[in-house]
This record gives sequence, structure tokens and C-alpha cells, in this order.
Amino acid sequence: MNTSSTTPASRSSAANGAERRTRRIGFGGGLSSWDLKLSPYLYISPFFILFLIVGLFPIGYTAVISFMDWDLVRNSGTFIGFDQYATVISDPKFWVALRNTFSIFLLSSVPQLIAAIFIAAMLDQNIRAKTFWRMGVLLPYVMAPVAVALIFSNMFGDQYGIINTWLGAIGIEPIKWHSNAFASHIAIATMVNFRWTGYNTLILLAAMQAIPRDYYEAATVDGAGKVRQFFAITLPSLRPTLIFVIITSTIGGLQIFDEPRMYDQFGTGGANYQWLTITLWLYDIGWGQWNFGRAAALAWILFLIILAIGLINLLITRRLVRDEGSRSSLTRAQMRAARRDAKASVDADRAALRTNNPARTNETTEAVR
Amino acid sequence: MSVLTERPAAAEPEARSAARKRPRHVKGTRPGWFVYACLGVVMLASVFPFYWSLLIGSGDSSTIRDPNMSWIPGGNFFANAAKVINDPAVNFWVALWNSIVSSGLIALSVVFFSTLAGWAFAKLKFKGSNVLLVFVIATMAVPMQLGVVPLYILFSDLGWTGQLGAIIVPALVSAFGVFWMTQYLRQAVPDELIEAARVDGASSFRTFLTVGLPAARPAAAMLALFTFVSAWNNFFWPFIVLDRQNPTLPVALSLLQSNYFVDYSIVLAGVLLATVPLLILFVFAGKQLVSGIMQGAVKG
Repeated sequence: MNTSSTTPASRSSAANGAERRTRRIGFGGGLSSWDLKLSPYLYISPFFILFLIVGLFPIGYTAVISFMDWDLVRNSGTFIGFDQYATVISDPKFWVALRNTFSIFLLSSVPQLIAAIFIAAMLDQNIRAKTFWRMGVLLPYVMAPVAVALIFSNMFGDQYGIINTWLGAIGIEPIKWHSNAFASHIAIATMVNFRWTGYNTLILLAAMQAIPRDYYEAATVDGAGKVRQFFAITLPSLRPTLIFVIITSTIGGLQIFDEPRMYDQFGTGGANYQWLTITLWLYDIGWGQWNFGRAAALAWILFLIILAIGLINLLITRRLVRDEGSRSSLTRAQMRAARRDAKASVDADRAALRTNNPARTNETTEAVR
Repeated sequence: MSVLTERPAAAEPEARSAARKRPRHVKGTRPGWFVYACLGVVMLASVFPFYWSLLIGSGDSSTIRDPNMSWIPGGNFFANAAKVINDPAVNFWVALWNSIVSSGLIALSVVFFSTLAGWAFAKLKFKGSNVLLVFVIATMAVPMQLGVVPLYILFSDLGWTGQLGAIIVPALVSAFGVFWMTQYLRQAVPDELIEAARVDGASSFRTFLTVGLPAARPAAAMLALFTFVSAWNNFFWPFIVLDRQNPTLPVALSLLQSNYFVDYSIVLAGVLLATVPLLILFVFAGKQLVSGIMQGAVKG
């Protein structure tokens, strides 16, 4: 409508503008192409320069130090090859720490995931006051792990802890939450679960809400109940998100430090190293014994463990997803084949209808089935 | 595939009307008491530790041993809090100030560098962008522990151990931040908009300022929020490099417990005191945290 009402004068001025603009582009051609080529690097370089100094250099240098016997006074090291690695691995404390780390990791990630899925399914219902519940679930996330650890080590006190009081009320003998290794792992895992379940719940909730509601409608029409729908629709659709959650919680869980450090006032992992974790030991080697070479070696071992577990996770979950794919959702090739079949059957049906032969229609229907 | 078989024309309107009715049924029903009961239990579990620390923190050193402990907070909270604040070993005000300054600076810096780099990765074409981005994402799997030894050596060479700078500088950039901003900007800014700005003769930087920055604002705010919270709660590295005279709040809290005799009424009063700033933040920004996590999940 606007163009129809433009006066000749304005049109000519527009033409002038266009002319001027083309000339500007012509002039700036060399400059703007430089601008286009160079500026992306200018945008990323501040990040990468800093990242190189505070992120990458330390990682590489840790590898160098791990092959050294580091002298704090001279502030330099002498090369000793794989000695530090050998000492770390041959130390029984390493295996205790590894066992504890895995035990705490499993106790915190498995129940946490199950709880998170369950709570997310509740939040995914059409509840009242959605924001209130969601915020309530996330509340523990803002509390520092150190604070969480202090509260829970009090609640899990061997003598006067509220947990043992409650257990006593239902007739269970008080549990030695500190001297028993497994019990201490449960207590520490509870701290982790308290802080992270809500966070993961919200991630899973978001994934649940991305599932098309038609699936549920179709299932309801087919007569599937809520539980059946959960296992047949919700869980399979969550797999990619679950992979993400599992991998991030692996990376975080195997590094656990704050909670075991604060579980008693000494912070050395218990009298018999009941809850000594790898990072807790790393701290003790580095800043208790001031043996930087060995601490660096342990850091690399920890990193390799995390990588290995991450890879195993990925392989397992990948396979699960692929299995699921062959059962319910289709691969691309299958979809293409299905489309071809569908087209063929529709064409056949059309032909059948044209010839007005109902018997033939039934036949194709059977064939498609 | 079986859908194709139900082709009879007569059946279709029926199915359609059923489908039209169903959504209202599925969406409109409020769940029963069971769901609310479960959520109530979850809510109780997430609030109880806070209440427990108030309960113990407002009593005295004998409260914890009292078998008939009252479930109503006592009157000693402020006395206990004052003990925490006045404890010369804890340096509470210094810790609070350090936490605010370091977390604030880290959040600002991470947002700044991540937005710049994220814009380039999301919307500009340049050689090596894919390789670099994959590399950045891969480093997210590297644990903090892998860098602490050289960082400590570096900062003690510089004479920065015990200084706040030692915890700010290593956190100035984050791989997660770049990943987050890239993901967001990729879908938030249509390529046509950038083309249009370029046709109008805007330089690359001008395009970033006028198109990129306004679009990045919501994601930047959330990144700032999350970075602030995690910097505030960070313990491992500050605990290594800072000392008692100049701690952050988590480090100060850890000092509360390091005595041989632990008076939990004071420790838990300190815990509450140190949590109050983030609780205030949660009251104002909790909604944003919730939607930030949920948005990140869909994209991530």
C-alpha cells in the first residue's frame, strides 16, 4: 500500500539513497571483508587467551609436574618418570579412596536419578501453583555444599543425631554413621542428593514437557493408564536428557570433596579412611604433605578415571537408545521405507477405489499390516 | 504404519472428535491428593535442613543433647550469630565482603567474555569455528583438580596466595558460559537480521552491539545468576589458596567446625547466617533460576 502512494519525488530520493548505498558498499568492500574475516577471531580471542593461561596451561603443566619430584624450596622439580604414578597406585589408601569415591557416587547418583524422574513426573501433572512447587524443589541448590555438609553431619551424628533419634523411635538400633564406612557413604550421599535432586528434577521436567501431548492423548484413547504411559512414553523420550544428566553427575560426583571434607572436624576422611575420597586425598598429599608431584599424578589418574567412566556411560546409554529406537521410534532409513510403503499403499488403494474393487482394498490393507 | 490402515472415511470424523475432546480431558484434569502428598513430602525434605539449623542455631550448646528438644526455635539465634560474627578466627565481615566481590566480578567477567565468544561461534562464519567450539565443550569434562597444583605454584610465585585475586583470575572465563551463550544465540537471532544490518552498512562490531547484545540479554542474565551462585558456593580452590585472615564465606564456615570441641548451636547459626544472602537472592531470582535450568535442559 505504501509503495502505491509514493510520490515520484520520494521515489527518486530513494533511488539516490540506493545509489549512495551501493557506492558505500563499493568503497567499504575491502574493509568490510577484512572486518568479516577478522572480527570473529577478535571476539573469541579474549576468551581463548585467558582460557589458555588459567585453563589449559595448568592442565598441561600438571602433566609435567606429575613426572617430577617437586621441590618447594627451589620451586622446581627433578624428572623421575612414572614413579609418582607407581607410588600412588601401589598405596592401599588409593584403593580405599577409589572404593569410597565410587560407593558415594553410586549411592548419590542412582537414587537421585530415580527420585528426580519421579518428582518430575509429579510436577509434570497439571498441578496448582506450579512455580511454587518448582522453586521449592530447587531451594536446596542455593545452599553451599559446605553448609549442607555441616547441617547433615549434625543430623547424622552418632550420638545425638536426629536421624538416629528417629530410627530409635521406630525401633531401629542407632547406626554408627561415622565409624561404619558404608553408613558414612550413605550420609555423604544424602548431602549430595539433598542439594542436586531438585536441579536434575527441573532438567527432566523440561524434557518431559517437550514430549508432544498427542502421544498421551493417543495412549489414553488406546486405554493405557497413567503408569503404562509413564513407562511406554515418558521414560523412552527422556533418554537423551538422562544421558546428559548421568554424564554431568559422573563428572561432578567423582570429584566430590566439600561434603567428605566437612563430615567431621578433622577433614581427613575418618580414622580408618572410611570416607576418604580421591580429591580429599589429593588435598592431603598436596597441601598436607606438600608433595606436589604426587598430587599432580593423582589428579591425572582422577581425570583418566572420569574419562573412562564417562566413555562407559556413553557406550551403555547409546546402546540403550539404539535398542529403544529399533523398538518404538524409527531410524531414518526405516522412516524412509515406511514412507515408501505408505505411498505405495495409498497409490494401490486409489487404484483399487478407481476400479471399485473392495476385495483388493482389503488385500493391500493386509499387506501393509 | 498401522495408522494407514484405518482409512475408512466414516471412522475418521469420530476419531477426530474424540481427539478434540481428549486434550481438554488430559490437560484439564487436576491430579488427585496423591500427587500433592508426594510433592508435600519433597518440599518438607528440602526445607527441613534449613529449619533444623534454625532449631539448633537458636538454642544453646546443650540443645542438641536434649531428648525432649522443642520443635519451636529458641531465643538464642542472635546471640549465637553474634558469636560467629565476633569470632576473630572466622572474620565474618571480611568473608561476606570477599564472597560478594569475588562472585560479582566472576559473574560479570564470565558473561562478558562468553557473550563475545558465543556470538562469534553462533552467528559468524570463520575458519576453525567448529573445531574450536568442540574443543571448548570437551574441556567442560576436565575436573578442576587437574589444574590446582600449577595454579597454586603460579600464584605463590606471584605472591598472590591469600589474596582474593587468586580465586577471581582462574574463574574469569568458563567453557560452560561460551557453550551456553552459543546455544542461546544460535536460535535467538535469525540470520536475516544480521544480513539486514550488514546491508545497511553496519560494521561487524556494530552488528554485535545492536543485534547481538539485545538478543543475548536474557541468556546473559541467567548465566550471570548461575555463575554467581556457583562462585559463591565454591569451596575447593578457595580453601586451598586463601587463608583464615582473608576467607570467603564457605572457607569461613569450614573454620567454624575446625575446633576440637564443636558447639553446633554456633556452627549452625553461622551456616544460616552465611546462607541468608543466597536465600534473599533466591526469593528475587528463584523463578529465573528455575526457568534457566529448564531452558538449558531443552537446548543442552
